[in-house]
Amino acid sequence: MIEIGLGHYLTLAAIIFTLGVMGIFLNRKNVIIILMSIELILLAVNINLVSFSIYLQNLIGQIFTMFILTVAAAEAAIGLAIIVIYYKKKGSINVEQINSLKG
Amino acid sequence: MIAHSLFFYFFSTIAVFSSLMVITSRNTVYSVFFLILVFVTTSILFIMIGAEFLGMIMLIVYVGAVSVLFLFVVMMLNISEQTKKRSIRKGLINNISVGAIVGAIIFFELFVVIGGWKYKGNLLVFPNSDLSNTQALGNVLYTDYIYLFQISGMILLVAMIGAITLTFSKRDNIKRQSYFHQIERDKDSAIELVDVESGKGVKIDD
Repeated sequence: MIEIGLGHYLTLAAIIFTLGVMGIFLNRKNVIIILMSIELILLAVNINLVSFSIYLQNLIGQIFTMFILTVAAAEAAIGLAIIVIYYKKKGSINVEQINSLKG
Repeated sequence: MIAHSLFFYFFSTIAVFSSLMVITSRNTVYSVFFLILVFVTTSILFIMIGAEFLGMIMLIVYVGAVSVLFLFVVMMLNISEQTKKRSIRKGLINNISVGAIVGAIIFFELFVVIGGWKYKGNLLVFPNSDLSNTQALGNVLYTDYIYLFQISGMILLVAMIGAITLTFSKRDNIKRQSYFHQIERDKDSAIELVDVESGKGVKIDD
């Protein structure tokens, strides 16, 4: 309990991942909070990769964390741009009213 | 070792609490601030277990760029009026059943995986080489993973171009500079010689 091992970090990542998934379900009004939940999920994945990389003494986990960071930044930029033009067109970013695709 | 565990519990408590606040906060601006707090505490945890470079990159990229992007968009879109309509409460009542079930299943699965993993306790085994974390990462990243590195640069370029072209709006009522139009203009199209009759003047059509 007092000695911090791999399991502690994996548990922290699991809790943050679960909170991210719950955030997608809870916030059905605001797309921006859904994007933030996706960022939380990617952060949990990063914690997993870094702690395994330190534990196994293998640097490849940290390399992949950098690539995940890149993709997360690109995804946030594109997603926010889409939100901005949708708000300009429709005047609202309420998730329940976004039904143009009839999905 | 005591200090390490104390710091771990302190920062992980902050991270879990603030990620809870991200998804339950009424005001979207507060959510962004708590997201920044999550990123900062996670980068401190990364630095603590020896991944210094990633911790610093985390601070620069997430806190410096992504969160500021979120903050700009939240403030630009004027979402404060949407938060007044009891949005979280209604969503909570409608979706808590499915969300709780899915979340519980995912957490249970992760817990089973972690519990079944056999691991030795100590995470803090530093490698006995004189390379720092940044140097070691650079040695691997620029040699074995150079193609992935280039591709990630291309991903960032495509994302930048995509974001600019998505949000670029062309307005009609402002004057723009047209280079081709300026360059192809010559003497014949610009100047016209006319004989002016006395007392009549010239009719200029434009």
